[in-house]
Formats: sequence, structure tokens, C-alpha cells
Amino acid sequence: MSQVQMSRPKTAADEPTVSPALPTADQQFATVAVHAGEARQKPGDSITDPIFCASTYTFENTQSIIDFIEQDQQREEYGRYGNPGERVVERKLAALEGGEDAVLYSSGMAALVGLLMAKLSAGDEVIFFDECYHRSREFCTKHLGRFGVTTRQVKTCDYAAMEAAITPKTRMLISESPTNPHLSVIDLERFAEIGRKRGVDTLIDATLATPYNLRPIAAGIDFVLHSATKYLGGHNDLLAGTVIGSKEKMEPVRNLRGIMGAVNGPQNCYLLGRGLKTFELRMQRHNENGMMVAEFLAGHPRIERVYYPGLPSHPYYEIARKTMRGFGGLVTFLVKDADWRATADVIDAVKIPRIAPSLGGVESLIEQPLVMSYYQQTPEARKQFGIYDNMIRMSCGIESADDLIADLGQALDATA
Amino acid sequence: MQFRTRAIHVGNEPCPQTGAVVPPLHLATTFVQPGAGEWGEFDYSRSGNPTRKAFETTLASLEGGVGALAFSTGMAATHCVIASLKSGDHVVAGSDIYGGSYRLLHKIANRAGINVTLVDTNDLAKVEAAITPATKLVWIESPGNPRMSITDIDACAKLAHRHGALLGIDSTFATPVLTRPLELGADIVMHSATKYIGGHSDAMGGALVVRDAALLKELYFVQNATGAVMGPLESYLCSRGLKTLELRVREQCRTAQALAEWLASHPRVARVLYPGLSGHPGHELAHRQMGGQFGAMMSFEIRGDLAAGKRFAESTKLFSLAVSLGAVESLIEQPASMSHASYDATDRAKHGIADGLIRLSVGLEAFEDLRDDLESAFAAV
Ligand SMILES: Cc1ncc(COP(=O)(O)O)c(C=O)c1O
Ligand SMILES: Cc1ncc(COP(=O)(O)O)c(C=O)c1O
Repeated sequence: MSQVQMSRPKTAADEPTVSPALPTADQQFATVAVHAGEARQKPGDSITDPIFCASTYTFENTQSIIDFIEQDQQREEYGRYGNPGERVVERKLAALEGGEDAVLYSSGMAALVGLLMAKLSAGDEVIFFDECYHRSREFCTKHLGRFGVTTRQVKTCDYAAMEAAITPKTRMLISESPTNPHLSVIDLERFAEIGRKRGVDTLIDATLATPYNLRPIAAGIDFVLHSATKYLGGHNDLLAGTVIGSKEKMEPVRNLRGIMGAVNGPQNCYLLGRGLKTFELRMQRHNENGMMVAEFLAGHPRIERVYYPGLPSHPYYEIARKTMRGFGGLVTFLVKDADWRATADVIDAVKIPRIAPSLGGVESLIEQPLVMSYYQQTPEARKQFGIYDNMIRMSCGIESADDLIADLGQALDATA
Repeated sequence: MQFRTRAIHVGNEPCPQTGAVVPPLHLATTFVQPGAGEWGEFDYSRSGNPTRKAFETTLASLEGGVGALAFSTGMAATHCVIASLKSGDHVVAGSDIYGGSYRLLHKIANRAGINVTLVDTNDLAKVEAAITPATKLVWIESPGNPRMSITDIDACAKLAHRHGALLGIDSTFATPVLTRPLELGADIVMHSATKYIGGHSDAMGGALVVRDAALLKELYFVQNATGAVMGPLESYLCSRGLKTLELRVREQCRTAQALAEWLASHPRVARVLYPGLSGHPGHELAHRQMGGQFGAMMSFEIRGDLAAGKRFAESTKLFSLAVSLGAVESLIEQPASMSHASYDATDRAKHGIADGLIRLSVGLEAFEDLRDDLESAFAAV
């Protein structure tokens, strides 16, 4: 039996005991998901990392504080600046993504805001592709302006327009890939090349793809953002967000998080890390279910159109096929000859997917973008964003695909 | 609904008050009642708790039972079954059972005047011969621990019932993904939920699932009277574990099968005990009873002495040296000195637990990485 440790517990500072955070080349993805970022021998010899609820960390005496400051020692200080469990998850996320550093936030939006606040100043400009999560757009268009930052939207995948919009003040090019809810897929190398050529940082929100399906950093992208609320957490039971990039570029981002304070709680971090252990399995199932549901819908007489990058009919199928390992669990579709009410009837008739916003969890969710996210927008604005009255977005969970298909089938038949 | 869908939805209905897609975690120890002498669904958390109930409901659905009871550990679940017996009753139990169950039967149950006979449950004639008019319970484990022996559940149920006894089975290694003993005639299924059901090495738990409502009531009475219930946080984590149970177990079985085949052809390995190998005595039966997959537990004997076995178990880098099993991270141990140390040395020898035996719990890591890890351990010995 080991003695109870009275000295300080191991923290992120004890780098040598930690599985390498970066190289994934020597270990397969599944193994990285289970072990990366964790010390082999953990505090208390636990097989799982303990949850440190402490808000603050003690120093032995005054000299140890002075040493900490003067020698720039790596150790914990105060919960807003870091937590041992949070660091484990950050290292795991960085390893899965193939990036050097991941900074964790309390939500995906906090991650976006945290990154942009760290990188932009009054007078700067950002350009983004217009298909995106509506709150990301809202933050850029409504709030960045208040701090003197100009935002420009260009049509998704119009690379020439994006390049033409760049001025000497442009600091960041932003896109999702795949986009929400149209699932357009960005040519990441081209996107990264524009940024590199013009000296502008690039950001990809890869929430819908996840590091299992897409590796933006390998394609030359500077920052990858995830709403970890979605597939990474995976169980619809936590909110989290992360930005991943090079150590150098992430340093000011990490520092500002310590000041702005949108950190995740220790229990949440633990659940996120727990979810990551089954990440590969869940993604494989989400990919399979997404593909099968998309194929079913594409062959159904009541469906006008299916947006799914794994279908050859999708406008970005070729680039998706070349750059993605799988296409995820999100499927968007249009019901043929249906007004908004007839479309809502289909949603109200399904039995397994729950009607709720969000996506990426084990339980399937379904929603009508018009009602869920764009209800208060004008018809013109909706048209501009490609949100149609007869559009349904379904997040396929990891239930049996047969059950999901049978359920969609009965809902479409019952409301025909 | 299929198994996988039930694992996610049954027992997990969204919260009716808030719509929360994941039901809330109820830490409350007590519940406000509608009136004096009028009782709501929940009154006191030992007697019932919504979060525990949700887990029990899902598990009962997956096992095909009328109901389930969740306990603080697997041992508490087994103890509940034993505590439902009385002085003078007799138990016939398998010889290839978990060391802690052996200890419970031989060092605790005996104090209450409950008599136990251990038999090789692979041999039905021996099981029948051990049954006496006082036998109330036949207790088996399949796959067994650590030799991975396979017991014929259907045959044992018929046999037990013919003699008026119940059949209980510790199905921890099989999980409802691979075997549903109630469908094969068993009366009680027991799980150490600490293992595959929780699945992440972070919650202790146990469960009983039964086919018969009267038996459920009786076991519930014992549980409520003795009090070893599963806590709400553990119930929540176990429910969360059930949602990925099928994915995890199937993947872990695939990796285990590949590792067992690799080990079986390894020059440094004397023998491999894994029901997925055609040479295993229980292979045919396991094939029938476990639906074509064989679990993610295996044992093997390396060529060399006790010290070599010890060094091997201490040399892996991905497999952690630890007891327990069934989780996402792979574990390695030496049964003679660890999980089965509570067997007497003579019983250990009698039941084929050699000193050089190594037991693996195969996790979710990639096969290639685990194989390379074992290969480097062979090199270190
Ligand atoms: C693509 C995308 N990015 C970002 C977000 C925001 O993440 P969160 O809800 O975790 O703040 C969402 C979530 O809805 C999203 O779908
Ligand atoms: C097969 C089997 N049954 C029962 C138990 C006991 O379960 P617990 O440790 O949850 O009390 C174990 C645990 O090691 C086991 O492996």
C-alpha cells in the first residue's frame, strides 16, 4: 500500500510522465483516444484521473511562490489558470487533432469569442464564409463591430471572393467545415493557402467533422475550433469548446482565457475526457448511421433533396471524399411539396429522435432550422442563408440505423 | 426496438418538467411527500431514487427481465441473493467463479448456516450429483474466471428447476450484449457493474436482474432492508456507460479474438484460455450461447517460471498492472497473486489457476498497439 501523498500532486508540469501530446504516428487513433494526454502513473495510483475540485493550489512557503514566479515554474496556481484534469483533456484533444496546444472553454461559443478577442483589435477585419452556426454569425456581425472590428461575409466556398475581400487590415479567415446546416465542405488546402499567401490566420470550426473525420491542421489551417458539446463530449450531457493550434499562436489565447475566465468545471472536464475514450467507436457509428439515413432519405419519394457530403449528389462530394474519413451523423433534407407546417408534422411524427437543438450525442435529435434557429428572421434573411421552410436537420445518434430508418419511414408515411 | 436503441432510450425519457434530453441526476436523499401517510413514487433514496431507477430500467430492458436492482458493488448484489436464503439452505456453485464470490460463499454464507458445494459446472452430471433436497440455488459464472470456462445456462436452468432450485448467474464477463441468461432460463442475472456496464473504471456497482416479479419483490425487500444500494452518481455513470455498451463490448471482443489468435501462435506462450479459440473446451457452447463473439477476457500461460510471469505482467506499457476488468483501458494481472489470492492455495491448484497464468482485460485500444505492447513484454522477460 502506498502512503497518502503529502507532497504536491503531479500536474501538467510533470511532462515526462505524460504520453506524448503530439505524435499520433506511433499509436493508432483508438489508442490515442484512450491514453493520450494522461500520465501513466496518476495521482494516488488511480487508473483514471482524479477530479480536482480545488479552486486554488497551495504553496509550501513564501520562497516557493517567489521561485514559481521567477523561475517560471510549471505548476498549478489558481483554477482559472488551469486545472490538472483540464490539462489532461487539453492534451488528449491536441493529440487527437494533431495540434500542439488545445485550450478548453466552457462552451463552443466561449471558445470562438476567446480566440477572436485574443487575436483582434479595433480596426482589424475578419472575413467568413456565410453558411455557419447562427450564433457565430451573430457574434461576428453584431458584437465584433462594437469593438471596432469589421466583418465581411462571402458566399461559402467562393474562394476568389474571399481572397478579393482581404485588405491589409484582415486578420482572420473563418469557415466551418462541413457547414451547419448545409454540410458544404471546404477545400481546406486552398483555404489555408489563401491565408498563408496573404499573411492572414485561418480558422476552421470543424465541430461537425471532428478530428476523426477531418484534420484541418494537417491541411495547413492555423486554428481548429470545436464545440465539444457535440461529438467530442458525445452524450448530450456537457457543454465545452476548444481551440487547437500551434503553441506559439495559442499562447496569447490561453493567457486571455485566464483573464476572461470562460473555463470549464472540473467535473465537466472529466466527463469530456470520459467521452473521448469511446470517441472513435461513436464516430464510426455516427458515420455509418448518417450515411444509411442519408441514402434512405435520398431514395424516398417524399424527399426533395438531401444534404449529406457522403452522397454523390452532394455538390462537395468530391472534396469530401478526398479529405474526410467519414461524413458524420448530421443529415439535412427537404420534404417535397411541403410548407413549414407539413414539414413540422413530419418532425412531430418521429418517435426516436428527440426534438431539440444541438447535435453529436448518442441520442438522435431532430429539428426544423426555420423554427429552431431562424424563427425570428425575415423570410428574406432566411432565403439569404439558404434556410427553407421544408428543411429538416437530423443528428443521427448511435442507435440502430434500422430503427432510425424505420422511424423516419413511418413518420413520412403517416404524414403523406 | 433493437438492443442498441433501447440502451440509449429506455429508462432515459427526457425530463417531463424541463425537457432535458438527459434526465437530471438526483442526489436527494429524501423526497417531499404529497401528504402524511400518502406516498409518492420515491420517498427515501435507499428505497428508491430516480437516477438509480433509470439505470435499473435500462438494464432490465437489455437483459429482458421484469426489473433490476442496482447495488453499491457486485459483491453487494451477490450478497443480496445469498441473504435471501436461510440457515440450512444449500448452494451449488461453480468452481471457476470470481475469488470474491468464493470468499463470500465460504467465509460469510457459512456463518449463517448456508452450506456450499463447489463443482465443475461444465460437467452437468457433477452438478446434478451435488444437488441435495436442501439446494435452493445453483450459482454459475460464464465465462468463468480466470479459466474462461463456459457453462451451459439452458441445461443448468433445467437441472436446477427440476430440483426446485433457482439458477443464478454472474454474467459480468458476458454482458447482455453477448448473452441474455434470462432468455435461456436463468432466474437471476448478476453483474459487477464496475466492469463492462460502467465501462470506464470509474464507478463501483452491481446489479441483479430477474425474470419473475415475485422474486424481484423478495430481493428488493432484502436490498432495502440491508441497504447496499448504488449511489446516484454511480447510477448516472452506469447509465452513461450503457449507451456505448454494445459498441465497446463488440469492439473489445474483436480485438481480444485477434490477440488470442496471435498469442496462441506465439512461441513463448504455453497455452491460451479464450473461448473464441477452437481448441478451447467451451468453444462450441460459447459459439451458441454468446452469439459468435467470446468476450474480451483471456488468460494465458507463458513459458517460464513464476518470476517470469511476474516480470511479464510488470513490463507492459499500455496494459496497466491492476485488478478489475471490462473498461476502456487494457489491464493485465497475475491471478494467483492478485484476483484469486483469496482462494486457498490447494483450491487454486485444484481449479487450474497456475502460478504462471496471466490474465488480460482487453480494452478499446487498437489491436496493433496492444500486440506490440505484449511483444515488447516478451522481449523484457
Ligand atoms: C458548428 C458549431 N459551432 C459552434 C457551436 C457553438 O457551440 P456551443 O453550443 O458549445 O457554445 C455550435 C453549437 O451549436 C455549432 O453547431
Ligand atoms: C466476475 C466477477 N464477479 C463479481 C465481481 C465483484 O464485483 P465488485 O468488485 O463490483 O464487487 C467481480 C469483480 O472483480 C468479478 O470479476
